[in-house]
Amino acid sequence: MQRGVESLLPSEEPVQHLGADGRLTPLGESAKPDDEALLEGYAALVAARRLNDQAYALVRQGRLAVYPSSHGQEACQVAASLVLGRRDWLFPTYRDSAAVVARGVDPVEVLVLLKGDWHAGYDPREHQVAPQATPLATQLLHAVGVAHAATLRGEDTVVMALCGDGATSEGDFHEALNFAAVFKCPVVFFVQNNEYAISVPLARQSVAPSLAHKGIGYGIPGERVDGNDLAALLSVLGDAVTRARDGEGPQLVEAHTYRMQAHTNADDATRYRNDADVQAWVHRDPLTRVETYLRERGLLDDAKAADLAEAAEVVAARVRDGLNTDVEPDHRTLFDHVYARRTPQLEEQAALVADELSRETATEEAR
Amino acid sequence: MTATTQAPAETSTPTAARGVEMLTMAQALNRALRDSMAQDESVLVFGEDVGPLGGVFRITDGLTAEFGEQRCFDTPLAEAGIMGFAVGLAMNGMRPVVEMQFDAFAYPAFEQVVSHVAKLRNRTRGALSAPIVIRIPYAGGIGGVEHHCDSSEAYYAHTPGLHVVSPSTPADAYTLLRAAIASPDPVVFLEPKKLYWAKGEVDLDAPAEEIGTARVVREGTDATLIAYGPSVPTALEAAEVAATEGRSLQVVDIRSIVPFDDETVCAAVRSTGRAVVVAEASGFASVASEIAARVTERCFHHLAAPVRRVTGFDIPYPPPKLEHFQLPSVDRILDTVDELNWEDA
Repeated sequence: MQRGVESLLPSEEPVQHLGADGRLTPLGESAKPDDEALLEGYAALVAARRLNDQAYALVRQGRLAVYPSSHGQEACQVAASLVLGRRDWLFPTYRDSAAVVARGVDPVEVLVLLKGDWHAGYDPREHQVAPQATPLATQLLHAVGVAHAATLRGEDTVVMALCGDGATSEGDFHEALNFAAVFKCPVVFFVQNNEYAISVPLARQSVAPSLAHKGIGYGIPGERVDGNDLAALLSVLGDAVTRARDGEGPQLVEAHTYRMQAHTNADDATRYRNDADVQAWVHRDPLTRVETYLRERGLLDDAKAADLAEAAEVVAARVRDGLNTDVEPDHRTLFDHVYARRTPQLEEQAALVADELSRETATEEAR
Repeated sequence: MTATTQAPAETSTPTAARGVEMLTMAQALNRALRDSMAQDESVLVFGEDVGPLGGVFRITDGLTAEFGEQRCFDTPLAEAGIMGFAVGLAMNGMRPVVEMQFDAFAYPAFEQVVSHVAKLRNRTRGALSAPIVIRIPYAGGIGGVEHHCDSSEAYYAHTPGLHVVSPSTPADAYTLLRAAIASPDPVVFLEPKKLYWAKGEVDLDAPAEEIGTARVVREGTDATLIAYGPSVPTALEAAEVAATEGRSLQVVDIRSIVPFDDETVCAAVRSTGRAVVVAEASGFASVASEIAARVTERCFHHLAAPVRRVTGFDIPYPPPKLEHFQLPSVDRILDTVDELNWEDA
């Protein structure tokens, strides 16, 4: 079935329900954000911001090798997880730790990857969260496969597949959208356009009218949304999930946001962007506007805000404790999960490491 | 899924003997796919032209008709897409069997194979796995134009997490493909194109086996020829000719490149004291090189001569009218055997 181009086009401007001043836009007025959802979302935003800042600090203290922060993108992170049901799947990238935590995964397990103990620190099956993907856009195809398997079994699972603006240039992005469209898979492709792929600005990735317009080429409806507006994100992503679950196929959502910090701690953002550009986004912070709105609605007061901050602090403390505890990784894991069963060659190599260790121990004991 | 109701009756009576049939390798592969799909409804077959057409080599012939288009289907023409899609299906309980239409057409999928198919189990410490079979019509000898005749096994064999197998007979094609589909790990299944139409007896009741064993396919006492896939018939032919010249050559069919059966290969080489590895792929940094190194390390004191390799040259696969120079030939194998320090014997 061919859809008309008009039905695939994103809105003229990114959908916004809450302005940077915390007031409802005309669109927001008619959409009537759900108070409870916004309050729940705000609590998650506070927790996400605290997680980002805690992880960033842990890099400086040498407890984490590196941390790609989503500071400034927390509304996207939180919304991507909150719109999903328990049986749905989330496919995050390395920058989406806050989204993974918002889905319920233990933050200490999430940060295992960056601590260097192992690759994926959590069991993906427990919360239906795929391992955080480092090779760009590759995970989008996995998301399509997971969705198709669910459809074949008659399940109503929806898959939320995350990527950034840079990843939209990868071939796998295009192949994933095309496969999802052809097989009509229940996938929401959610692009967090934070304007930079490490140092390269969006203009070097694409001259399309918007990234959301890219859906048209695949017959997928696109929408764009203010990525720092939690209310709009919950609405747009929530609708996309509902339509996917109802059998309408995949959708593409682009959020306009900004990476407030460098790519990682190892990056120097002053080499490619001005501080003034960054400062301009401070006024569009995703937390401030929800807080302003909730306070004006009388849904949030100082006591409640303090409770949320304290809850976030408890998690931050647990993250600190977890990452300050050194666990000697088991050398046997080097060989245990390459295959379901070790090959004879891996048995030999594991024996070699065990022998090296036993001789080291013997030498130490002899001293 | 439609397959549930379409499973052939034979799955409910697995003990019913089906006997030995004379089949081409293409037919044997087709039977293996059918039998595995009938046995396990999570087995999905997909790729380019594998649906109603039955694949450009007809290996998937009739599967869409028998099992429905949810079980055997065409995809968009995008190999990375096929492979990444397979990873997701495998993550969610399916057993994908994908066809890369030709060896050299599989390269777009390489990142998905190396970064995800091969590593999914490891990076999740066993929580997830990718039981995917990657079928690749493989190697030369059919007069194919460029990009249709690559011997790409070394790329896959070098990647931890993948099993790599190549059958040389219809019987092995059947049992190895059944084993590959049943394997909990990803298997790169290299189908020698030039052997697709070679006939042989296939015991459809042969007991299931696990991947990872080599086999002595011809006994001999003077030297051991080690080969796999398309080179096995050439090695056997060389041994036949050598016998008429009074030299007894043993032939080992590797069958499984990864895991490698050191035990069988080394026992064979120790019994003769001389070895030649035969493979179509370019020799530099190849599977043949790995085999030569392993045999040398493990059998050094039993060797009367250095382990030699007869491989393709280190050139892009030649055009059809020149390909006979590239393929290991009986003469080139026998010339090499002649150089194995016989004067010291």
